[in-house]
Amino acid sequence: MQLTNRSKEVSNKQMTLAEKMYLPAIAQGLAITIKHFFAKKVTVPYPEVKRYLGPVFRGHHILKRDEEGRERCTACGLCAVACPAEAISMVAAERKKGEENLYREEKYAAVYEINMLRCIFCGLCEEACPKQAVYLRHDEFVPIFTERDEVIYGKDKLVEKMDARYIRNNPDAQATPTEPSYSRLSS
Amino acid sequence: MNTTELIIKGILIVVLFGVTLLIAMYSTWAERKVAGFIQDRFGPNRAGPGGIFQPLADAGKMFFKEDFIPSQANKWLFILGPCLAILTALMSSAVIPFGESIRYEELLIPVQGIEINIGILYVFGVVSLGVYGLMVGGWASNNKFSLLGAIRAASQNISYEIGFGLSIIAILMMTGSLSIRAIVESQHGFAWNLFNQPLGFIIFLTCAFAECNRTPFDLPECETELVGGYHTEYSSMKLGFYLFAEYINMFVSSAIISSLYFGGYNYPGMDWVRETLTGSLGAATGHNLATLIGTIVLFGKIFFFIFFFMWVRWTLPRFRYDQLMNLGWKTFIPLSILNVVVTGFGLLFDIKYASWAIIIVMVIMVMVSSARAPKPVVQPQRT
Repeated sequence: MQLTNRSKEVSNKQMTLAEKMYLPAIAQGLAITIKHFFAKKVTVPYPEVKRYLGPVFRGHHILKRDEEGRERCTACGLCAVACPAEAISMVAAERKKGEENLYREEKYAAVYEINMLRCIFCGLCEEACPKQAVYLRHDEFVPIFTERDEVIYGKDKLVEKMDARYIRNNPDAQATPTEPSYSRLSS
Repeated sequence: MNTTELIIKGILIVVLFGVTLLIAMYSTWAERKVAGFIQDRFGPNRAGPGGIFQPLADAGKMFFKEDFIPSQANKWLFILGPCLAILTALMSSAVIPFGESIRYEELLIPVQGIEINIGILYVFGVVSLGVYGLMVGGWASNNKFSLLGAIRAASQNISYEIGFGLSIIAILMMTGSLSIRAIVESQHGFAWNLFNQPLGFIIFLTCAFAECNRTPFDLPECETELVGGYHTEYSSMKLGFYLFAEYINMFVSSAIISSLYFGGYNYPGMDWVRETLTGSLGAATGHNLATLIGTIVLFGKIFFFIFFFMWVRWTLPRFRYDQLMNLGWKTFIPLSILNVVVTGFGLLFDIKYASWAIIIVMVIMVMVSSARAPKPVVQPQRT
């Protein structure tokens, strides 16, 4: 039975003198390795050089606002249902008069929390969301945490900042800043 | 020998000793760097710029590890093993001429630990002693795998010492002296022994690989068959000494190969350099500067051979043990005897390049045998 086209039959034939001397084969091998010696290295020296992880990378969660700056989330709870790790929880509230510039629909999430210890970054919340409110950023990691009370991310960390809008197809993004730094934690 | 000479000699010996250790230390770094580069990686590059503090970090790690002695081991021999290995490795660099001579006022002091008229014989004696380090350590571990590794090391070293010795007999015949300095001086300028003794060089180089227990002949530490070889039971700095001894041996072998076959500190145009320097800078300064250039040239050759050792290590797989023994006994010993005989004829009839005849005959035989070999039948691929 032949599994691939590249398989070769093993032969036990008598070696020629050149093969018995090893030297030509050794010279060939040395030539190959010296070629690799000067070849471009494939390693990415990580903390100094960061690769662009692509537009499909699933990183830090973000609760999007619409064009006028109103929160899109209506606290329908579909993301919480879709979440296989049960990381998302929320408390819904009714929009009051005068809050129309804050929330797009009549219902909004007063509390929206993601437990980052539970989250597996599968992106099912993003798929489940009917209002295109929750996204997983492709350009930012969730920073490391050293205390348990830093684990649960509330709306203060999740809602999109108006001065730093998130664009999925950002042509300027050349590299994913994958360095979760302590300085970002303390600020 | 007066006081100034003694002081200069003392400084020289300390410097040579330090340089040997330093090069062995940085060989460990260079080995990993070369391995990385050959495998399209960077190698160690975290400790200091380009990873140059890596040997210090490694040494620190080695010192702080637990120094374990197995309860059933023979304690004194267990400690003696690595000591012998590193002692013999360090001893052999004493007779290698690293340069011509230092001129201080009217004194001419050769750049060499000690000039003895049996230099190469001394090297051989010390290298043979090196086996005891492995043998004693492997036996004292009271471990079958260690013992097997030690036996392998011993039998391999003994087998290859014959080819090793026979291959340089041709050189000794041409030079008429056992002193390494005399051998180097006979290759003045560009009259390197490599051009007279190509076959001897190949045999010597291969045997040097085997003597240093380097790949493709590193069967004593063949971890697929022997766990870890003769140093299975060793840890901490004792293991470090074994590994370090290997790198010192590599440096010494490179130095001897460069001295015997690549003209040591000789380089083309050295007379012109010496005359110009002594003419323009005065007798003492010019002479010392010319010596320094020669020493740098020698170290260039040594570094090339150290690199070659590493290059081969990361290219070739290990030989099988029967292949190793066949190569040593059935190929190198007859070939080197043939080389001695042909060189003798060459000396008798005053033909300088006589041993090229063997190479030419071998190349013709190779071509004939390749031509007569049955062509590989190309099997049609089923799709």
